[in-house]
Amino acid sequence: MTQAGKHMAEELLAIDGVTKAYPGVVANSDVSFSITKGEIHALLGENGAGKSTLVKMIYGLVKPDSGKMTLRGQSFAPAEPRAARASGVAMVFQHFSLFEALTVAENVALGMENPPQMRALAARIKEVSEDYGLPLDPDRMVGDLSAGERQRVEIIRCLLQDPKLLIMDEPTSVLTPQEVEILFKTLRQLSAEGTAILYISHKLEEIRALCDGATILRRGKVVASCIPAEKTARELAELMVGAVLTPPARAAKKAWPETEAALEVRGLSATSPIPFGTALKEISFSVRRGEVLGIAGVAGNGQDELLLALSGELRSDPQMVLSFGKPIGALGPSERRAAGFVAAPEDRLGHAAAPDMSLMENALLSGAVRKGLTRRGFIDWGATASWAEEIVARFDVRTPGISVAARALSGGNLQKFLMGRELSQSPAVVVINQPTWGVDAAAAAFIRQEILNRAEEGAAVVVISQDLDDLLEISDRFAALNEGRLSPVRPTEGLTVDEIGLMMGGAHGMEVAHHGH
Amino acid sequence: MLRLEKRPSPSRFWQMATPVLAVVLTMIAGGLMFALLGKNPVEAIRTIFYDPLFNPQFAAYSRPQLLVKAGPLILIAIGLSLGFRAGIWNIGAEGQYIMGAICGAAVGLAFYPSESVLIFPAMVLAGALGGWAWAMIPAILKTRFRTNEILVSLLLVYVAEAILASMALGRLRNPEGGGFPGSRNLSKWEASANPELIAGTGMHWGVVAAFIAVIAAYILLQRHILGFQIKLAGQAPRAARFAGVAPTKLVVLCMGLSGGLAGLAGLFEVTGPAGQISIDFGSGYGFTAIIVAFLGRLNPIGILLAGLLMALTYIGGELAQFMLGLPSAAIQAFQGMLLFFLLAVDLLSNYRIRLAKRGVA
Repeated sequence: MTQAGKHMAEELLAIDGVTKAYPGVVANSDVSFSITKGEIHALLGENGAGKSTLVKMIYGLVKPDSGKMTLRGQSFAPAEPRAARASGVAMVFQHFSLFEALTVAENVALGMENPPQMRALAARIKEVSEDYGLPLDPDRMVGDLSAGERQRVEIIRCLLQDPKLLIMDEPTSVLTPQEVEILFKTLRQLSAEGTAILYISHKLEEIRALCDGATILRRGKVVASCIPAEKTARELAELMVGAVLTPPARAAKKAWPETEAALEVRGLSATSPIPFGTALKEISFSVRRGEVLGIAGVAGNGQDELLLALSGELRSDPQMVLSFGKPIGALGPSERRAAGFVAAPEDRLGHAAAPDMSLMENALLSGAVRKGLTRRGFIDWGATASWAEEIVARFDVRTPGISVAARALSGGNLQKFLMGRELSQSPAVVVINQPTWGVDAAAAAFIRQEILNRAEEGAAVVVISQDLDDLLEISDRFAALNEGRLSPVRPTEGLTVDEIGLMMGGAHGMEVAHHGH
Repeated sequence: MLRLEKRPSPSRFWQMATPVLAVVLTMIAGGLMFALLGKNPVEAIRTIFYDPLFNPQFAAYSRPQLLVKAGPLILIAIGLSLGFRAGIWNIGAEGQYIMGAICGAAVGLAFYPSESVLIFPAMVLAGALGGWAWAMIPAILKTRFRTNEILVSLLLVYVAEAILASMALGRLRNPEGGGFPGSRNLSKWEASANPELIAGTGMHWGVVAAFIAVIAAYILLQRHILGFQIKLAGQAPRAARFAGVAPTKLVVLCMGLSGGLAGLAGLFEVTGPAGQISIDFGSGYGFTAIIVAFLGRLNPIGILLAGLLMALTYIGGELAQFMLGLPSAAIQAFQGMLLFFLLAVDLLSNYRIRLAKRGVA
């Protein structure tokens, strides 16, 4: 379908002057845009720009304070998601709402108003999934599926409702590059059949490749609308961020005189302590001082477990993890910190930080050992407070003070604080899972720079991330986790996206999915 | 329409104010209940809260009772609160209290009728160890076999009560007691007695221990890394593991501490106010202390105040039964209301209540 053809098509959804405020923050301010039938429309913006709130209003999860919405010429104000679904709006969430202990078909049935007989439903799932190139076995347990396959369950669940508008919230964050291609084919097919797609993302190249139109949000306001293919990724980024971006600078590599690796992992195997987690299988790599190893992978392929095994929360055979030749596999988190390790888990609230504790207490949480914040067991609150203040100032954490509870901070600010906490402990080994998760572009750049600075000061750094940009920008060497195994480690320079995708597991056994389409 | 809205941070004001509000609400609802029972509510509330302390007719007897009752409640509640803070639910303090008393009394009686000054300290030690050992049973079962400490510690209360009865009737029975159940009177044997230290105050060694426990727990929670780890483990178990807290150690420590303190409370009781091991020695302090711990918001200072308040409702409740003929069930319901309202208004420290206009689109 051509652009012109689409733009002449009838208007499907119009948003007119919608405003929504939460205590202390205006999530959407006078937002207007429209989507035509069969259009793939991007909603582009940084974390916290108000994309999620906006689509939640369309899906009936949140009520706007003012403004109006029109769907197919009629006033549209869904009181709840059920009403939105009845009007032909479906949504695939970033975080899946699936029961791991049930099968695909059972999960789909749970989301339906009047589920048909299980056997008929299974046949229907198979049919729809094959029609759209998203193969799925209705009888498989969801707990056994990869993140990409789980997303397919959510998509199929929506497609069974025959939607007029499909909302997708950051759908590619759980996919390998190959899986992204397959998804895009499906979305284009839907679009050709007349289903409009509202596509939320902050990944610019994807939007340029896929979307017919884009609305760009910044701090709750529409700042621009454009045809993405006519802009460069850089122009889009600057519209989104509202500033000119500078990529991180790397100093020339210093040679660190040493013979043994700062961190060496040898044949690490461990069962996951997490229910439905992924066991680590025979993982081996080594990182020298001053070096950054990037580990990619789709969520749920052993990233959390690898972090636990390196932070000391998951213990292994002593010889499986070594630091400067010393076996440390059996040591706990405090002992590893004493040996120079710092670790930053992905899950911020509840794992890296205690939600109800103040920033000061959260600073103590992981900093007590390396910053010497206790004397014979007694806490030096004065020193803790001044260190917490230092982190807040240095990492530009927007907070009223350090006695604020961690959960009161926005995701990005908390991430900055937690990164600051780990990166300002003069570490010898840094292990970070998802360093820039949820922070804006400027903060992400700053965090990357700080990670590089630690490496320059002689730390060995392991960055686990699902964000390929993160990894390609800062890592010297690159590997990927796939089903608990680590691919061979390769120099980052010269890697192509295709090669990376294959390291991440390719399309997870569905290369032939789109034949015939 | 009322709507709850989560506060970004817990409100400090409401954290302080909710216990007071709960007491006021209890007075109102309790007064209503007393009125329905045909009693004058104002008089009933006054008899419970005011007369024990200030009525010239009763205060001389009641006032010392305040510390006598509050002492064991506070001592036990302090121990329990540490576990509760860490998410470790020792519900069996009553059993640990009984076992502390039995062990302490047994050690003392083994030396009867010696006059050595070492006997009382040895009994204190044995009391603490008895309670500690009884608490170690659920602790070790939990850490080794993942049993539920709530059930195990609770069921062990009934075992402890059976042991108490057998001791009062058997091995610890007073050989000069003419066959009556119950041990020798420890409070009348100078070497083992836990007397009132300052006449007319009710202050005995157990009350002193309770005050020391309050101060120690306060310092532990505010200034010591162990106290921080206890709070962390309770609020965010995964973050605690990330911080390097070993859950097993914490279970053993918290159960041990709460058991030891409950055992101490039992020992001070059996050598002082109760005087002897008897079949009905267990008077429910171990269970009431759970209420005290929560009423005091698991905060040492709060527990001190809550223990005193709870003791007051006990003494006042008895007085009201005696003076106004209120049924004891009504008094227990009144005490239950206190916990009920406390938990209910606790909501206010984490949520604010908003009046939402209807029909906002």
